[in-house]
Order: sequence, then structure tokens, then C-alpha cells
Amino acid sequence: MKRIVKITAFVVLAAGMAAGWHRLATAAVSAGAEQVVHMTAKKFEYTPNQITLKKGVPVVLEITALDRDHGFKIPELGVRADLKSGQVRRVRIVPDRTGTFEFRCDVFCGSGHEDMSGEIVVVD
Amino acid sequence: MTQHLDRREFIQLAGLTTAGIAGVVFSSGLRGVSLAAAKNRAEDFMFLQMSDLHWGFTGPAVNPDAEVTLDKAIAHVNTLPRQPDFIAFTGDLTHTTDDPQERRKRLAHVRDAVAKLKVKAHHYLAGEHDASLDQGEAFKEFFGKTHYTFDHKGVHFIVLDNVSDPKGMLGDEQLQWLRADLKKLDKDAPIVVLTHRPLFDLAPDWDWTTADGAAAMEALMPYEYVTVFYGHIHQEHHQMTGHIPHHAAKGLMFALPAPHSVPKKTPIPWDAANPYGGLGFRSVQAKDAGDDYALTEWAVEKS
Repeated sequence: MKRIVKITAFVVLAAGMAAGWHRLATAAVSAGAEQVVHMTAKKFEYTPNQITLKKGVPVVLEITALDRDHGFKIPELGVRADLKSGQVRRVRIVPDRTGTFEFRCDVFCGSGHEDMSGEIVVVD
Repeated sequence: MTQHLDRREFIQLAGLTTAGIAGVVFSSGLRGVSLAAAKNRAEDFMFLQMSDLHWGFTGPAVNPDAEVTLDKAIAHVNTLPRQPDFIAFTGDLTHTTDDPQERRKRLAHVRDAVAKLKVKAHHYLAGEHDASLDQGEAFKEFFGKTHYTFDHKGVHFIVLDNVSDPKGMLGDEQLQWLRADLKKLDKDAPIVVLTHRPLFDLAPDWDWTTADGAAAMEALMPYEYVTVFYGHIHQEHHQMTGHIPHHAAKGLMFALPAPHSVPKKTPIPWDAANPYGGLGFRSVQAKDAGDDYALTEWAVEKS
């Protein structure tokens, strides 16, 4: 039960997130396997900006915005989160399919905003 | 509910190349109904849409004539055989800068440059490059409010601001303001919406969307005669959301590729054989009481 409550503390998914992901996330929490990836966001880059994940293994992205507010959006997966300057944001995902998924800043942050992006690669 | 129409069903395109005319779109028949039948009749008139000036941009590979492009476009506008009733600038007047002083310098330059237009009636919109870093503070100092309405010859114009919020959204307060404004109108009132970003999901992964644009479209949907003009995507684009057409304008600094036509959205390189290709401005002629708009695409330079 505690684990389920904990889920609500995560920023997870915007309103159109695929129902399948949400279900998988719940199921994966029950399994208890979870990894944490620490990330930073600053003008105009994420570090790391290439992340490899294993299909079906839940992961929490702990993202710290270092210099100002940014956003974090994975359009193909319906995932987005606001990154407030100086705060750690936890974004929980469970990759349910293989492929390469771009993530990008969706809070306009300046001249290099368009290039502030990275990739999540999900492998078997 | 956005639907893609067969282009043949949507427009008739005349490839006129003389006198700097890049093309003409007749949007009549978009709805299959003439507004002449509606009780709210508007008069015929013409306005210009100039968009995405991006003053301050530098990138010789993309536009080696960045410093003179706007002046050339203004000179062309001033020679048009029919001068518009007014000019709508649909955002990104300047290219973004982190320096608030430089931002104001760029805004001031645009203000002074467009003062050379013969037509003095202007309506300004902000783009994210103008307004997202300071929530529109500098823009308002030079060009006034970022969302407002005005009426012209029977057409109700609604200017929406989907850029002052750096998340690219209108926000609840503006949506309430929009609903309250619409409530005053008859359902057959001719309405033109001016905005910077598309109000529909053209390409969300390219940031060609408005996060809460669907709420605006829901509010507009009960109205019979709504047309949206926007910028942001630096190219001509036409799409329907239900019965509501959306028309994107070319920019005046650099062109961008068609949605998802390339893996990564980057400006289209300058073509020395076709200088200013993909750039231009548009005239919009309202006919038959605001339902029948003739859109003419003009090149930067008069040929």
C-alpha cells in the first residue's frame, strides 16, 4: 500500500498518457524492481542526454533543474513534468516497448531552447 | 477533432509569380455556406498578415540578408496596388535573447522599422521569442496588451496569447476571458482569431501546438464563421478543425521544413538561386461578409 501511495508523489503522466503505461507502472511497482537515474537540466542541455533503459523495468528519473525552470517532455509517451529551479523532480516511467524516444524541454528557456533535448533508448 | 482535408477540396491554388505574388488561396467553399445568408454581414476589406520577423537573428547560412529582409518586405508592402485596412503582426517580432536590455533594443528596432509602413493601423501579437522569458513584460512596453479584441467592418477579431506562459499555453484566466467574449456574440457572427502558435496539435514534438489549445477550440466550435490565422511554423499551412480553418503564414527571416518532413526541425538553408524563398507575407481579403477569404501570398521583394 505504501508503494502505491508513493506513486502519487511522482509526477508521472500528463492527462493523455496511454492507459497501458499507467497500468504497467502499477504492476511494475508491485514487482518492486526499480532503478533511479539522476539527471540535471540547465540551459540548454540535459545530463545525461542519452539514457538506455531495459524494457519492462521501472525507472525513476530524478531531474534537478540547475539554473531556471525547465520542462521535461517525452511526446511519444505522453510524459511531461515541470522542473522547478533548484528542485528535484521525480518522473517515473515503465518502458513497455523498445525503441528510441526523444525527450525535450517544453518550457521556453532561451536561445538554445530548441536544442535542449535527449533520447531514451529502450532495449530488450 | 482535427481533420486533414484533401488539398483539392480545401483550396484552389493559383501559382501567380508576377509582381512578387507567390500564390493565391481562395478559401471560399471551406464551409460550403456563404455568410451572406447570416444576419451579421460584414463589409469587404483587406488586411495583411506579417509574421515571425525574428529581428536580431543571425545565421548567414540561413539568411545572409537578415538585416535587410524586413526593410525589403516593408518596401514591398508599401508598393502594393491596394493598401490594406490594417496589418496584423502574428508574433516573434524579435529573435529571443536572454538580455532584457537587448530584447528591448530589438523590440524598439521593430517598432521603428514598421513605422515606415504607409498603413499605420497595426495589431501586434507576441511570439515566444518576444515574450516567454519575461512573461511579455518588455513586449507590452512597446506594443501593448498581448490578448485583446477589436472589430473591423463587421468582423470580430480575437487576439490570443499562447506565448507569455513559457509552457506555450493560454491559461485558465485567458480561456475564461475568451468564453466571456464569445458569449456576447451571435453564433453566426464572423470571427477571426489571431494567434502565434497553432491552436491544434500540428506537431507537438516540434513544439507546434498550444498546450490548452483544445479548450479554445471547444469554446469556438459553436460559432459558425470562425477563421484562425497564426504564425510560428514559418510556412504556409492550411488545416481544418471541424468547420474551422487554420491558416499559418510564412515568416520573414527563415523558413522551416514541413511538419515531420525531416527528423529534426532546423531552419531551411538559404538558397542563393532563390533568395528569400519560403519567406513572405500574406494579404487576406474578406469577401461576402467575412466568410470568403482570399489569401494572397506575397514574396519579400517585388519582382
